[in-house]
Amino acid sequence: MNKDELLQQLKEQIIKQLKLEGKTTADIGDHDPLFVEGLGLDSIDALELIVLLQQEYNIKLNNAEQGQEVFRSVSTMADFILERQAQHI
Amino acid sequence: MRISHLNISSSAVIRNQKIILNGKVVFESNTSGLEFLRETYEKGLRIDYPKFYKMDVLGKLGIVGAHVLLKDFDFNKYQPEEVGIVLSNRNSSLEADINYFETAKTFPSPALFVYTLPNIVIGEISIRYKFKGENAFFVSEDFDAEWLHYYVDDLFKNRKIEICICGWIESVDGRHDVCLFLIEKEQKENGLNFTPENLKEIYEQG
Repeated sequence: MNKDELLQQLKEQIIKQLKLEGKTTADIGDHDPLFVEGLGLDSIDALELIVLLQQEYNIKLNNAEQGQEVFRSVSTMADFILERQAQHI
Repeated sequence: MRISHLNISSSAVIRNQKIILNGKVVFESNTSGLEFLRETYEKGLRIDYPKFYKMDVLGKLGIVGAHVLLKDFDFNKYQPEEVGIVLSNRNSSLEADINYFETAKTFPSPALFVYTLPNIVIGEISIRYKFKGENAFFVSEDFDAEWLHYYVDDLFKNRKIEICICGWIESVDGRHDVCLFLIEKEQKENGLNFTPENLKEIYEQG
């Protein structure tokens, strides 16, 4: 899967997992901040994103600080997933 | 009948696919359960609060119930600390507990876990309206008008609240049973004296 496909898939998964009713993938920019001024996600949503990574991509975050960088945007999430997947090839 | 210095200025009931404000039906639908609440939110009352979709059934009932109950509420009249909330039900957060338990078999959901306490609905109402007064959630076999009256009356006497949302908020197998009251010192037109008898009568008649 290339990055564009992964971005689209991630947006669909985020909308479903976080129950973002009324939102479509077109509403989420690749580089939009996920928290506060962007999608307006909160701390519980952050935990759900960690679950999403585990559930869908079998990836565990090593520490909480890592989450701040990884969950900055859908693009940073995709980069992180692709990087982890590359390490396991 | 006892006479209270407090008044029931408004009541909101959600039961049998109907939403009733002060004895008058303000919305009804053929749908039931969560679909009824979704329809109420999107079409019936046109509430605009996207967090609604993330809530458990008690949270959704609380947001819908409070929205109806507070239709004519003067938000400039009271300080956030002066608004109390006292709710009760029979089954605590059972539906949320079961939903969370199901996810716990594979990937426990944090978003479901946060609703595994009944008093979270009080938090959801407080967050939406920025209320910060005393609050409590009680679990009892049935709607206990005597206890509700005693506890709310005590909050007015000893905890400096000036107004209180109180009542019953329950959902079992998609059947909603909500009866919320707005209690305040001011006598409103068509309001009733705050007595256990009047609470019980409104609860039973809807």
